Amino acid sequence: MSSVSRNFYEFFGLDKKLVIDNDHLQKRFYDLSRQWHPDRFSRKSPEEQAQALEATSVLNDGYRTLRDPVRRAEYLLTEEGFPIGEQRSKDVPPELLEEVFELNMALEELKGGDEDARPQLETARVNFVRLRTDIDGELEDLFARYDAAEPESKSARQALHEIRGVLNRRRYIENLIRDVDRALNPAASAAEPVQDRL
Amino acid sequence: MQIDFGENRKSKIVGIDLGTTNSLVAVMELTGPRILEDPQGRKIVPSIVSVTSEGKLVAGEEAREMLLTAPERTVYSVKRLMGRGIADVGEELKLFPFRIAENSESVIRLRLGDRTFTPPEISAAVLRTLKENAEAALGAPVTEAVITVPAYFNDAQRQATKDAGRLAGLEVLRLVNEPTAASLAYGLDKRQNGIVAVYDFGGGTFDISILRLHDGIFEVLATNGDTHLGGDDIDNLLLRIALEDVQSEWGYDLSSDSEGVQRLRRAVIRAKEELSFVPESTIELEYHGKAYRRSIDRELFDRLVSPIIERTLERCRACLEDAHLGAEDINEVVMVGGSTRIPLVRTAVERVFKAKPHTELNPDEVVALGAAVQAGILAGEVEDKLLLDVTPLSLGIETMGGVVSKLIARNSTIPASAIETFTTAVDGQRNVLIHVLQGERELVKDCRSLARFDLTGIDPLPAGMARIEVRFLIDANGILNVTARDARTGKGQSVEVKPSYGLTEEQVEAMIVESFEKAEEDMRERQVREARVEADNILAATEKAQKYPAYEDLPREEKSAIETAKRELQAVYHNDDHRLINEKIEALNSATQKLAENLMNTAVGGALKGTKID
Repeated sequence: MSSVSRNFYEFFGLDKKLVIDNDHLQKRFYDLSRQWHPDRFSRKSPEEQAQALEATSVLNDGYRTLRDPVRRAEYLLTEEGFPIGEQRSKDVPPELLEEVFELNMALEELKGGDEDARPQLETARVNFVRLRTDIDGELEDLFARYDAAEPESKSARQALHEIRGVLNRRRYIENLIRDVDRALNPAASAAEPVQDRL
Repeated sequence: MQIDFGENRKSKIVGIDLGTTNSLVAVMELTGPRILEDPQGRKIVPSIVSVTSEGKLVAGEEAREMLLTAPERTVYSVKRLMGRGIADVGEELKLFPFRIAENSESVIRLRLGDRTFTPPEISAAVLRTLKENAEAALGAPVTEAVITVPAYFNDAQRQATKDAGRLAGLEVLRLVNEPTAASLAYGLDKRQNGIVAVYDFGGGTFDISILRLHDGIFEVLATNGDTHLGGDDIDNLLLRIALEDVQSEWGYDLSSDSEGVQRLRRAVIRAKEELSFVPESTIELEYHGKAYRRSIDRELFDRLVSPIIERTLERCRACLEDAHLGAEDINEVVMVGGSTRIPLVRTAVERVFKAKPHTELNPDEVVALGAAVQAGILAGEVEDKLLLDVTPLSLGIETMGGVVSKLIARNSTIPASAIETFTTAVDGQRNVLIHVLQGERELVKDCRSLARFDLTGIDPLPAGMARIEVRFLIDANGILNVTARDARTGKGQSVEVKPSYGLTEEQVEAMIVESFEKAEEDMRERQVREARVEADNILAATEKAQKYPAYEDLPREEKSAIETAKRELQAVYHNDDHRLINEKIEALNSATQKLAENLMNTAVGGALKGTKID
């Protein structure tokens, strides 16, 4: 029954590249939706309906993954045997050690009711957001390097290895931004859902 | 079992808007979607259900009248209770005259007269009325339907709606979200590709959905809402004020008099509706010789309802944020639901989205029309449109410390899936308990429990060695399906997903059987009633005929045969078997054959006698 590929790149008919043209991806998504959506199969046999459901879930999960650069990279890393790992965000990037230490102090102060810590946290937030932007630029370069390398080659694997390191740093910073946001605005973040990245 | 009339006589899939206040049924035709009317030419079926003194469920206009004459046997706004447990609806119960029966923990049971019903059973009565209206209008049986639900309905509420369809004898081919259905009805895709916001403010629920239209594809980008926010809340607000007034003017509390409350509620709704068209209106009640009058102008009304409207606007802003869009990105805004007739709602929405909202289509009908378009898509009649909807709430599982680990994020296009691998904590463990939750909060206690189930039959292994892959799949109806397999052996695991709220499969099956039995019982009762009416008629006619000379002229044995047949019919008259009554009617009919002929002859003779023949 499962004649459709569960591999996102294969399902979309795309090369395993890290730089993706989002307009093209969207067009593929719409075309494949027209082909596979369960609405198109409601008069068909139960087997065909099950296959359509299966195919569409791969399609939707794949679109969600591939259109986002970070999720796309994480997916490709896992597929290529570079598991992201559990303790992925625990290690503090060395260049951030000092800043993170000060940040944690300020977070504690604000939690303890010391409103003087607020401006410091706001400044820190701006810095971290800038840092994240820098990392995204770094990722872009690494993506291009991976795409240019021969598949499975040593330089391709080297690029993936570096990407994994950068992604871990990025996730670490993202968590910091989230912590700061929560501390600055506890009411909003209580109702605020967890970020959409899983 | 299915009768096939060939391709063009294939029975129609209907589209149903099962609303909090009103419900409608529509069908797709060559010229477009059309609302089907009841035999009296009415499009709207009030979502009100009542039990008659004979214990029969009735819905619609008939039940609406009984809201005044038999409020203790009548219920409305039951959609608010669909798929909900008693713990979820505490606040609700204070404002609505719901009479909750005992044993209502996980599934609410409502008492109507001396019987109890679950919300799906009550909704099924509304659906049955819609089904009958559609069958009468189409002249063909209707067995398949698309039913709309608020976009923000959770899994349990969706499941309950599907159950209601089954109880009404309808196969629910698709549950479609109300705002997205409305966008299909508007045919906006014909005009342009762009971003559309659908603001759906109905009787009991509020939804906001933002869609991207692209060459006939309706892709929902984000949805938000509140399944307990609607025109009902405005009614209750005004009703509370009016009740206070009445208390101070009349010197007693009307709120314990259910008929009085219902009459006042009607007066309040009438004033509210009027205020959408005129600047001032009056709440008027005359009851038991007393009169209450209070004029209310739009300015006061606006001030009263603006907190309610503000709550909808907060959801709109959150939805824009989730869609990663600003107000200036919205090309069109569509208004759906009766509450969007309120002028303040229109100006508020225009302000938030910086676009003049569409109000061309009747806001009461647009959802049903869209459901019919979706029915046309499923039937293969509409090929140029496709709806890609999302799940409104994140799905997760309970992990250590009562924390929810999210597996599928809200606003993911459905069908959507996630795979999670589980293992055992103790040596030789054979079961793993999994707790599935829906909601955005991080702690289990703040999310809605969807299901708890046991993965059973795991091979006994040292702790942590077992690897069970569980796949969570949200289907195109927004309903969760779970499958599991042993990742080491590839063997499927038994998974029985028991919803923590809602009815089990067995309970629904039992209700379906019961409703069939009830239907048979109703049918039998009707046949008996009809037979007795016929017996009355023929007995009366015979007795009348016996007074004519034509009877006296009959031979003795004819006369005694008639007497015997009469006595025999009278003897079975109170029998519950309509066939027996019909049999004796037949016997009396043939016994009076000769008498009838004689009567005809003398009548003709008499007529001739009275005529001068020149």
